[in-house]
Formats: sequence, structure tokens, C-alpha cells
Amino acid sequence: MNKIVYAALLAVFLAGCQTTSNQAPVEDKSAAASAGTQSGATTSGTQSGAVSGTQTGTNPLKDPNNILSKRSIYFEFDSFVVADQYKPIIEAHAKYLAANKNAKVTLQGHADERGSREYNIALGQKRADAVKRMMQLMGVQELAVETVSFGKEKPRNLGHDEAAWAENRRVDIVYVGE
Amino acid sequence: MHRTLRLVFAVLALAFAPLAARAQLTIEIVGGAGTAVPIAIVPFNGEAAFPLGVSGIVGADLARSGMFRLVNADGVNPRPVRAEDIQADVWRGRGADAVVVGSMTPLPDGRVDVRFALMDVVKQNLLTAMTYTVTPAQFRATAHKIADVIYEKITGDPGVFSTRIAYITKAGPRYQLLVADADGADPQTVVTSNEPLLSPRWSPDGTRIAYVSFEQKKPVVYVQNLATGARAAVAAFRGSNSAPAWSPDGRRLAVTLTKDGGSQVYLMNADGSDPKRVMSSNAIDTEASFTPDGGALLFTSDRGGSPQIYRLNLGSGAVERLTFDGSYNVSPRPLPDGKGFVFVRRDGGRFQIALQDLATRQMQVLTAGPADESPSLAPNGKLILYASDSGGRGTLAAVSSDGRVKQRLVSAGADVREPAWGPFAR
Repeated sequence: MNKIVYAALLAVFLAGCQTTSNQAPVEDKSAAASAGTQSGATTSGTQSGAVSGTQTGTNPLKDPNNILSKRSIYFEFDSFVVADQYKPIIEAHAKYLAANKNAKVTLQGHADERGSREYNIALGQKRADAVKRMMQLMGVQELAVETVSFGKEKPRNLGHDEAAWAENRRVDIVYVGE
Repeated sequence: MHRTLRLVFAVLALAFAPLAARAQLTIEIVGGAGTAVPIAIVPFNGEAAFPLGVSGIVGADLARSGMFRLVNADGVNPRPVRAEDIQADVWRGRGADAVVVGSMTPLPDGRVDVRFALMDVVKQNLLTAMTYTVTPAQFRATAHKIADVIYEKITGDPGVFSTRIAYITKAGPRYQLLVADADGADPQTVVTSNEPLLSPRWSPDGTRIAYVSFEQKKPVVYVQNLATGARAAVAAFRGSNSAPAWSPDGRRLAVTLTKDGGSQVYLMNADGSDPKRVMSSNAIDTEASFTPDGGALLFTSDRGGSPQIYRLNLGSGAVERLTFDGSYNVSPRPLPDGKGFVFVRRDGGRFQIALQDLATRQMQVLTAGPADESPSLAPNGKLILYASDSGGRGTLAAVSSDGRVKQRLVSAGADVREPAWGPFAR
């Protein structure tokens, strides 16, 4: 990861801190299914969209109106590249982790059902690691994030078609203690 | 002798009545060798006095291997009991090349004298004759022993009817690691969990199984003693811990850890101590398994852009790519003779089991797919057990290493996956 990318990400991160956006990025099934047609971008984010986590009275992690309730990053087939549409989610969680020093997350990588179980563990790990790297570039401390993989063992969609597979190639963000 | 037989249990054969609610496998032959040896197994003299005989199990073992075809042995009078009773021309007239006769005689101490003879009726010579003194509880194990002897005498390869297999079932939310005789009989639960289990691997002496469990909400490698049930988490580092493989001497494990970033291969003592990374790459390295001489690891890596199989020489550290055909070659398992390896390849969208010769690089596709995975070699190298998909449900299947004999292992109810063939009984 070079310094230019780092600077770009930092800029995005800082921009996110100052901005409140209602344009919550989607992560529903249709988005996941269509992710397969989008070009996978590397870490050159130009979007903003993180929401400030300052609401009172509700847990921002659970508030369905808060981007922090978005917990899944979907991936294309055989890909470890975080698509642009998911970067705001990662930025929001990175910001939350930076602001809440006691908070820790586990990034759980997943793969679709095709191929070797053990190789799919490694694929899911690589996806989780990609999300972690992005969070670290946004200032999250190493010890605040553990990356693990479930491979193809925990599919979200039990179907056997491309739409199901697209839902299962993902990283879930889980806060420790949740 | 007693203890050995008790630990041995059974073989590659069939399951009779389902004894318990646990998923028991029954084996069906779905394709046989063109050269199956016609053999007649004459019911053993005195066997009718026992609820569970021996000759029927011997015959079922041999038939199931696909290497033998049973010739009708009924109605020969008088029924031969000893080798000298066998009239070769009678059996040749029935199309048999070999004949097995035997007897079961109760002894005063409650044990039973079981003896058999194997005759080549083409060359008209006695191939072997053996006697066992066993308890009725050892009849199944004895039958498998006899089938092993017959198999070896006729094919030249050791039989695997007295070995055991491990596999994982999933029924609803419940995962189980089971160990059964190679014929699917007598399944015993090793672990039950509400989280996934995978990658069971037998220690070379058959006393322990390493496996991956997600009970801690992440993959952790355990080693469990089969006799006592005692177990230890031998790899539970930060990140994921998976893909255990035993060294041939049983003292070390290769595992895939992510504690230092990325999926990388480590060697550790079998108790989990002293993990050392065996190589560094910025790619996925996983699914290591030792070559039979212990001098190298075969493993899967995407360092070349797609998952392929490589060999690491543990002495020199040299790494060599072994597969070049196709964009997805994974899960290498070396043959017991060290001359090749079986693996999973993707052809179009189909995942198939294939075998590659190390010297010639020649590759033979053994199964049709579409979702075959997790190959595991019988200790004689002649059969490969693997996970398959039947109508959306996981099943086990086996194929001979020449691709000619095919078996399906049928289970009622549960999804069955992740087979691991145990070692020869010691």
C-alpha cells in the first residue's frame, strides 16, 4: 500500500468525519447480485458517506437508520477487492472504532460453495484481510480488528445459483460482545 | 491379539442393519473393474450356529472392492470344508478362478476356532490357509482380516477391509465427526458441535484425529485421542487456524495459520508447541500435506495468479509448481508410494478428482463431478474416498486409482462430507 493511496484514503476518511450523508450505501440482495457486474476498484476511494455516530438514545450499531448497522461487504467471484460502493460502510466502522477505543471487531470472511473447503477458508480470510487493511489505513489499530474466515461453511443464502453465491461471498463485521 | 483385533474393527465393506440412529453408510458398487476375479466363497462349516457368520462378510468385502465377482457357491455336495475337499473342476465349471472354504468351531472356553483356505482352482494350488481363535465379538474383524488376506494373495496389494474411515455429517444445525469401519459399520461419534467441523486427519498410528472446529466462532485446530476422547486445541492463534496434516512419523503437524498475516503454512509439534513458518509468500498458501518420505509438502497456493499445486522441499526450501493444466487445481494428497498425488481440479464449472504422476506429469481425471472434493486415499493407494453431491445433498463416493471401480456410500438423512481414510491397523 503506497503513501499516495494512504493519503487519498485519509482524505476520504477526514471528509467522512465532516459529512453527514443520508445516502446509505446499499448492501441488500440486489446490490450483492449486481456486484458481479461492477468493476472492482482498488483503494482509490473518492466517495464520502460516513455518518457521524453521535445520535443519543439509540445504539448506533443497531440503529437501522445508521450506516453502522450495515455489516456486510460483498465480493465478486474469486475477488478480494472491496468495491467502491462498500467503502462508506468500512469508513463508518473505522471511524466508530477510532472513536470508541474499547470497541473491537471480528471481520468474518466467507466464500461461495464452489471448490475446496480449505481453499475457501483462505479465500474468505483474504477478503477479511482486505477489509482490515482498509480499516487500518483509516486509522484503526491492529488490535481492534481480528480477521477470521468461515470459508463456505456458513452461507447466508442456501441456494445454488449465481445470486446465492453473490450473497455468500462476503465479509461480515461483527463487534466483539454482540 | 485381542486388543489388536478390538481396535481394528472392520473394513471397506458394507453396513448390515443400521444399528443406531447415527448416520450409517452403506456402500453400493456403481461401476466395476472389467477384470474382476471370479471367486466362490463357500459358507463356512459350523457358521450357521452363530448369528453373525464370517463368510458372508468376507464375500461382501471382496465384492464391494470391485476387484472380485462372487460365483454362486450353493448346492455343491458334499460342501467342501478344507482345502483338500475342493474339486477344482467343479468350481472351474461354475466359472470360478478361486475358492474359499472354512470352518467355525466352538472351543470349551467360549472362543471360536475360525479357519479358512484359499485355493487357486485354475493352477490348482493352495494360496493360503489360516486359523484364528477369537470371541464372537471379533467375528466382523476376523472376517475383514480374512478378506484382507484373500485380497492381497490375489491382487498383490494389501487389503484395506480392516481399516477405518472418518467423516463429518451435518443434520440440521448439528455437525458430527464420526469414525466407522471402512464398510461403514459401527459408526462412533468423535465430536458433536453446533458449528462447522472439517478437515479430519488421522495420525499415522490411528490413535488420534486432528480436525478443524468453529465452536469458538473461528477455525481452530484440535487433536483428539480416539480412545479417551481427550482433546487439545493445538492451533488457536489470532485469526484462522486450519488445514492440519500429520507428518509421517506422527510427531509434527503442518497447519495453515493467519496469525502473521495471510494464510501461510507452519510446522508445529503435534501438541501445538513451537510453530514455525515454513515459507513466506504474499499469496494464499494452504492445504499442505506431507509426502510419504516426510521430506516435502504438497500444498495449494495462488501465488501464480490462480490456485495451483506446489511442492516445498523441506530440506532445501525449494518450491516447485506441479500443476499447469487449468485455472483451479487444489487439495493435493500424495499417493502412499510417493509416485503421484490426487487432487481436485475445476474443468469448466465442474469439480473433479484427478491423479497426477510426479515423474511424467501425466494427469488422469477419475471422476465426473460436478462437485467432487476432499479426496482421501486408502492406505494401499488403490481407492480414493471423496465427497460428492447427490441431488443437492452431500454424499461420499469412492473411485479406484485407475478410475475403473466406482462406489457410492449412501447414508440416510444427514449430509456427509470430509472423508478421511485411516491408516492400516497396527
